[in-house]
Amino acid sequence: MASETLAIAPTGLSTRSLAERLHEWAVTVDHKRLGILYIGYALVFLVIGGVEATIMRVQLAVPNNHFVSPQVFNRMFTMHGTTMIFFVAMPILFGFSNYTVPLMIGARDMAFPRLNAFSFWLTAFGGLLLYFSFIGGFGLYGAGSAPDVGWFAYAPLTSKVFSLGHSTDFWTLGLLVSGFGSIGTAVNLVTTIVCLRCPGMTMHRMPLFAWMSLVMSGMVLFVISPLTAAQGMICIDRYLGAHFFDTQAGGSAVIWMHFFWIFGHPEVYVLVIPAFGFISEIVPVFSRKPIFGYPIMVAATVAIGFVSFSVWAHHMFTIGMNSYANSFFAITTMAVGIPTGIKIFNWLGTMWGGKIIFKTPMLFCLGFLFQFLIAGLTGIMLSAAPFDWQLSGSYFVIAHFHYVIVGGILFAIFAAFYYWFPKMSGKMLNETLGKWHFWLFVIGFHLTFDFMHIPGLLGMPRRIYTYEPGRGWEIWNKICSLGVFFQATAILIFVGNMAWSYWKGRDAGNDPWDAWTLEWSTTSPPPVYNFADIPSVYSRRPLWDLKHPEDPDWKYE
Amino acid sequence: MASVTSLAPTIESPWALPSRGRVGMFCLIAAESAIFTIFVVAYVFYIGKSLNGPTPTEVLELPIFNTICLLSSSLTIHFAIRALRQNKTGLFSALWFTTIALGAIFLIGTGREWQRLIYERGLTIQTNLFGTTYYSLIGLHAFHVIVGLLGLSIVMAFALGGRVKQEHAERVDVLSLYWHFVDVVWVVVFTVVYVVGR
Amino acid sequence: MKSEPTVRAPGRPRLIQFARWFPVFVGILTASSSIFAEPPANSLIPSIFSPDSTPADHIYGLALFVLSITTVIFVVVFTLLLYATVKFRMRRSDDHREPPQVYGSNQIELAWTVIPVLIVVMLFLATARVIAQVQDADRSPDSIDVTAIGHQFWWEFRYPGLGVVTANELHIPVSDSVSPTPTFLKLLSADTDHSFWVPRLAGKTDLIPNRVNQMWIDPHHTGLYLGQCAQYCGTQHALMLLRVYVDSRSDFDAWVRSQSRSAVAVALTNADAAKGREIFEATSCINCHTVRGTVADGRFGPDLTHLMSRETIAAGAATNTPANLKLWIEDPDAIKPGSLMPAMRLTEQDLNSLTAYMETLR
Repeated sequence: MASETLAIAPTGLSTRSLAERLHEWAVTVDHKRLGILYIGYALVFLVIGGVEATIMRVQLAVPNNHFVSPQVFNRMFTMHGTTMIFFVAMPILFGFSNYTVPLMIGARDMAFPRLNAFSFWLTAFGGLLLYFSFIGGFGLYGAGSAPDVGWFAYAPLTSKVFSLGHSTDFWTLGLLVSGFGSIGTAVNLVTTIVCLRCPGMTMHRMPLFAWMSLVMSGMVLFVISPLTAAQGMICIDRYLGAHFFDTQAGGSAVIWMHFFWIFGHPEVYVLVIPAFGFISEIVPVFSRKPIFGYPIMVAATVAIGFVSFSVWAHHMFTIGMNSYANSFFAITTMAVGIPTGIKIFNWLGTMWGGKIIFKTPMLFCLGFLFQFLIAGLTGIMLSAAPFDWQLSGSYFVIAHFHYVIVGGILFAIFAAFYYWFPKMSGKMLNETLGKWHFWLFVIGFHLTFDFMHIPGLLGMPRRIYTYEPGRGWEIWNKICSLGVFFQATAILIFVGNMAWSYWKGRDAGNDPWDAWTLEWSTTSPPPVYNFADIPSVYSRRPLWDLKHPEDPDWKYE
Repeated sequence: MASVTSLAPTIESPWALPSRGRVGMFCLIAAESAIFTIFVVAYVFYIGKSLNGPTPTEVLELPIFNTICLLSSSLTIHFAIRALRQNKTGLFSALWFTTIALGAIFLIGTGREWQRLIYERGLTIQTNLFGTTYYSLIGLHAFHVIVGLLGLSIVMAFALGGRVKQEHAERVDVLSLYWHFVDVVWVVVFTVVYVVGR
Repeated sequence: MKSEPTVRAPGRPRLIQFARWFPVFVGILTASSSIFAEPPANSLIPSIFSPDSTPADHIYGLALFVLSITTVIFVVVFTLLLYATVKFRMRRSDDHREPPQVYGSNQIELAWTVIPVLIVVMLFLATARVIAQVQDADRSPDSIDVTAIGHQFWWEFRYPGLGVVTANELHIPVSDSVSPTPTFLKLLSADTDHSFWVPRLAGKTDLIPNRVNQMWIDPHHTGLYLGQCAQYCGTQHALMLLRVYVDSRSDFDAWVRSQSRSAVAVALTNADAAKGREIFEATSCINCHTVRGTVADGRFGPDLTHLMSRETIAAGAATNTPANLKLWIEDPDAIKPGSLMPAMRLTEQDLNSLTAYMETLR
C-alpha cells in the first residue's frame, strides 16, 4: 500500500549552466520553489533587520551615547519593525505554507501557480522598493532617506509638512506593493485548501497546519486591505493635497490610528496562527501522540481569527477614548486570550502521556511553549487598560511583543526549519549545531527580552535614541544589549548549519521523523509533480494508518 | 488486510470540491470589500466635518440615470451568461456588448459629474474633507469599473473572434461575479454619498 | 497498540533537564525581584511601582492584582509544562512502542475553558472599576487648571485661571486628601502626536492635534517628578523631557505670583544685557518667543519671560547654565540635533550679550 504513494525517483538533471538554473528559479511557478524563494528572501531580511536591531542596541547600551545620530536611529527602528513584519515574518510564513500545504492536502500545486509567482515577486519588489529609500529618499529638500516615522507611521507625522523628502512614500508604496502580493497569496491559499484537497480529505481531516494557513489567509484578505486603503489615503493626502489625516483642515489623526490598528492587531494573529500550526504539527510527532483535541484546536483558531478583529483599540488606550470604549476593548482583548490559552493546554495535553524526543525541532517547540505562555500573560497585563496607561509606549510593550514574535513565532519558525529542511533538501540539519543554535539563542533571547520589561516599568518610553542617566535604566539596557551578541552568533550558526548540511548533511529519506502527514509519503525533495498518484485518505493521520493497519486512526475519529 | 480496509470510511464519490475560479473570485471580492469599507467609513466619519467649502447638499445631484445604467448592466450580464450556457453565442455577444456599453455610459456620466463639480461648483479633492472623501470613494469605485470593463472587453474581443463557446460559460460567469460586486458596491456608495450624506 | 521502531533519542538525566531551564529561572526571578524593590519615596526614578498620586495609586493597585493572577497562572502552567517535559521524555530504556494514542477529552477541554473565562471576568471587573475611578472622577472645586500644549519638541503650559505661561517644567501644588487640590490638565497639540507621561503621578495620556484630551493628578508629596514624551513625535522625541515640581501650597502661590509678572524692565545698569535685549528684539527671536512686557510675542517656541526660573533648557536636554544657554543659541544641534531651534549665526560678542540678557529673565 505504501509504495503507491511513493514518487517516481527523479532523474539527475545536473548538467545545466548557472544561467539556466537561475532562469528556472526566476520563472518558476512551482509552489515548492516559490516557497523556498520566499523563505530565502525572508532569511536575508532577517539578517538585515537584525543588523538594524544591533545598531539600536549598541546605541542604547549606555545613556547619552553617540554611536548613531537621532536621525539614523529613528530610521533604524522604523525599518527594523517594517522589515521584520512585512519582509521577514509574512514571507517566511507564506513560504512554509506555499511549500507544505499542497503536499499536506495531496495536491500537485497551488490553485493558481502563476498568481503564486506574481505574488512572490510583488512582495520581493516591495521590499526592494522600501530599501531603495536609503539611497533614493532624499527628494528635493535633501531630507528623507529611509522612512523614520515608526512602523505604524502615525498621522500627521506622515504628512508632507512633517515628513520631508520621499522617505514616507517609500514606506507607503513598498508596503502597498507587497500588500497586493500578500493578498494574492492569501487568495491562492484559501482556494487551494478549499478546492484541491485529495479524495477523502474532508476539512476535518486536514492537518492542523493547513487549517491554520486557511484561517490566516482568510484573515489576510480582511487585514491587509485596511492597510492598503489607509496607505492609499496617505498617498492621496501627500500628492493630491487631500485632507484625510490633515488635522489643520479638520481631519483626524485618530482615524489613521483606527485604520492602522484594524490592520495591525489582526496582523499579529496572522503571524502567530501559522506558528501555532507549526507547533501543532511538530509537537505530536515528537511526543508520539496525536494532537490533543483536534476539533477544539480548529474551533479555537477560528475563534481567535474572528475575535482578533474586535480588539484593535487596545493599542489606543491612551488616546483619550471614553471609559465605555476602553472597557469594551479591555474585555475583548482579555477574551481573545481564552482560546489562545486553550491551545497551550492542548499542546500540553499532547505531550502528556507521550514519549518526548528532544531533537532540535522539539527543543524549539518547548522554547515556544514556555515563552509564549509568558508573552500571553504580559499581554493580559496590557489588556487591563489602566495598567496599559502606564505601560503603553514603553519598553514593557516592546518586551511583550518581542516575546511573542521572537520567543514565540521565531522559535516556531526555527522548529519548522529543522523539521521540514530534510523534506525540502533531502538532507538532515546537523543536530549538534542545531542544539548550539537553540541554547545560544535561548540565552541571548532571555538576556535581551526578559530584562527589557524592567526599564518599561521604570518609565522608559520606546523610540528614543538615547536616555538620561540617573533614572535607573542603565544596567538593564546594558544587559539587553549584551543578549544581542548571543542571538547573532546563534543565527550565524543556524545559517552555517543550513549551508553545511545542504552539501554534507546526512541523507534524510522520505520520512526521517516517522511522521504522519502526507508530505512525508513522497521523496525528499518531492518531485515536481509531488505525488505519482494522488492519495486517498481516511483519517487525519494517513501515514499512521499505513504504518499501523491493525489500529488505524479512522476507528477512533 | 482486505477486512480492515473494507471497514474504512467511504469517500464520497465523485470527490467534488468547489471550483477554483469561484472561490478565488470570492476571496478577491472579500478583500476588495474590506478596502471599500475603509473608504466608506472615512466618508461617513467626515460627514459634516468640513471646515469650509461646498457641502454635499449644495452641490450633489442624484445620479439616477447613471445608476439605472450600471444596475441594468448586471441584468444584461446575467442574461448574457444564461445565453452562453444555452449555446446562444450570438445573443451572448449582443448582451455582453450591451453590458460594456452600459458600464461605459456610467463612467462617462461620472466624468461629466466631476467636470460639473470641479469647474462649476469649485469642489476638488483639495477643497475640504467632503471633496477628499467624495472623490476618493467615487474614484475608487470608478477605477474598479474601468478594470471590470477591461476584463469584459477582452472577453468581447474573443467573442467577436468566435472563440467564446458554451464550455467557457463557467469561466465567464466568474468574471461576471466581479461585475456584480462592482454593482453592489455602487448601491452602497450611492446610499452613503447621495442619500445618507446629503 | 503495536508499533514499528520509531526514531530513537537518548533520555537525559534529570539534572540536565533542570539545567536546561536554569537561565529562564534566573531571568525571571531576578526580574521579578527588582520589580518589587521600590525605590525610596523621594527618588527620581520614574517607577510605576512608586505611585504618588491618586490615579497612579489606582493603577498600582490594579497592577498588583493583575500581576498576582498572572503569576499564579504562570506558576501552574509552567510547572505542568516542566513536569510533562521531564516525566514523559523518551528514556534510553524505552521499548519504542507508541504510547497510548489519546485524541482528546471533552471534560478536560470544558474545565480549561471555564476556568479562564472566570479569571477573565474577575480581571475585567477590576479593570472596569479602575477605568471609571480614573476617567470619570469628579472634579473638585479647588482644582488647578493647566492647559498643556505639545510641540515638537517641547511642552507649553498655560494656567488660564492664573495668567501664567511657562514651558517644560510644570509647577503644581501638593494635594492632601482632606481638602484636595488636584491639577486637571487639558491636553492639546500644536503639531503631531505627543504623550504626557510622568509615571509616578499618572498613566499617560496623548496630546493629539485637533483633539482635546483630559487628565488629572493629585500628588501626595512635594518634590520633583520626572517624565517625558511617550509618543514618537519626530527626531527629538527622546529629549522632550518633563519635570513636574510639586510645591507646597505657599510655594506654589509664590511661584504663580512671580510667573504672572511681566519681565521686569531690564535695569539698564547692565550694559551687556541691555545690548542683548536690543539684539533679541531686532533679530528673528521675537518671531518664535514671547517675553511678556516687551515686543516679543512669538508662540512657536517657549515663553522666555521667566527663563531663569527653570532648571533646564531645551525641554530638559541641558541644565540651565550660562554656558549651555550660549551653546544652545549658537548651535542647538550640539545639544539637541534635529530640534526646531535654528542656529542664530551671531557673532561671539552678540552671543555673550544675548546670553547676558537671557540671564536677566528671572
